[in-house]
Amino acid sequence: MTGQNTTPGAAQRLAVLGAGVMGTGIAALAIGHGIAVSMIDVDRRRMAEATDRVDRQVRTARLMGALPEGTRPGVLDVGVSLADVSTGRTGPLTAVVEAVTEDPNAKAKVLADVSALVAPGTPVVSNTSSIPIGELARSVARPEDLIGSHFMNPPYLIRTVEVIRGPRTGPHTLAAVRGLLTTLGRESVVVEDAPGFVTSRILHPMINSAVRVVAAGTASVESVDKLLQGCLGHPTGPLRTADLIGLDNLVDSLWVLHERTGDENCRPCELLLTKVRSGHLGRKSGRGFYHYEGDL
Amino acid sequence: MTVPSDQEVSDTGDRFDTAAPELVRFLTARTGRTWPPDTDLFATGGLSSLFAMELVVHLEQTYGVSVRGTDLRLDNFRTVRRMVALVDRLRNSEPGDHGA
Repeated sequence: MTGQNTTPGAAQRLAVLGAGVMGTGIAALAIGHGIAVSMIDVDRRRMAEATDRVDRQVRTARLMGALPEGTRPGVLDVGVSLADVSTGRTGPLTAVVEAVTEDPNAKAKVLADVSALVAPGTPVVSNTSSIPIGELARSVARPEDLIGSHFMNPPYLIRTVEVIRGPRTGPHTLAAVRGLLTTLGRESVVVEDAPGFVTSRILHPMINSAVRVVAAGTASVESVDKLLQGCLGHPTGPLRTADLIGLDNLVDSLWVLHERTGDENCRPCELLLTKVRSGHLGRKSGRGFYHYEGDL
Repeated sequence: MTVPSDQEVSDTGDRFDTAAPELVRFLTARTGRTWPPDTDLFATGGLSSLFAMELVVHLEQTYGVSVRGTDLRLDNFRTVRRMVALVDRLRNSEPGDHGA
């Protein structure tokens, strides 16, 4: 039976660039709200796994009651090129969300490529935990179309999104992205541009300090998290949060902060660097400060 | 006979004595704690709700069931007894009965 799809996101399509933890999480959020997603990644292995990873996250969101009842899921298309998406062969594009690795050069390259291809006026959203949007704007064709988002992990469970207005972000772009986030059931908090914006500028040096406390032998991983949870009301504890962020992403983000602010509290501590070198990247690799089974 | 997949699971399952010990062993191995059949796994001081999806995958792989549609809700995985009841119902339903 066919009928008119009254799901609010039904007429919309996102292109998500990068099929990592955040890219697949944002795709799952969109699909769960009825928005079609075209997902693109240069890594063929990640593309091969993307459908399963997104499906699992949509199921997790449904399990947690985080998706609207009766929503017809959006379609996920993983076999397309950026050219297909940008020329409209897959359908009109509501926005592009760039979610590649937290590396200023990698992001700049992808943003330059995509901004040269998409229609003027299409919001290009860089999902970043720390890189200033004004810096990334130097690489794009139309800085007024570029805006920053900082989704927390997992995007489908955390309802608030930090939105970063770059110095040249246009009002139409800000309005469009806020509207999109409303369709996705998210609350947006708009902040000005700076290294780490608000959340990472506060949280990441704090996590770094928590790791230093463990490295100094003052307390175990579990004790640090229990104290921050039980005494200070932190929902998961800084070290479990670090595992959820991904220790490699955390290190990348700390370096971005350190290089741009000079704050020595942002220099990644040795234990954090050792874990990353050992491949213990947190929940996504099965081991970080804690052990995990299954990949979310 | 068809069994709707979206009904509230009962707290009694025919295979409770068989499935429950395996599930408790899995939970103990993963969490380092023992879990009585009616203890809420996700209550304050319990497990992260993100662990619920691991439970779904474990039940699907161990018992050959598929948890879909409105069965996919946290309340069905809150206790060992509820999980066993869900598995029992899904294993006794005909193919195609679930997946709304």
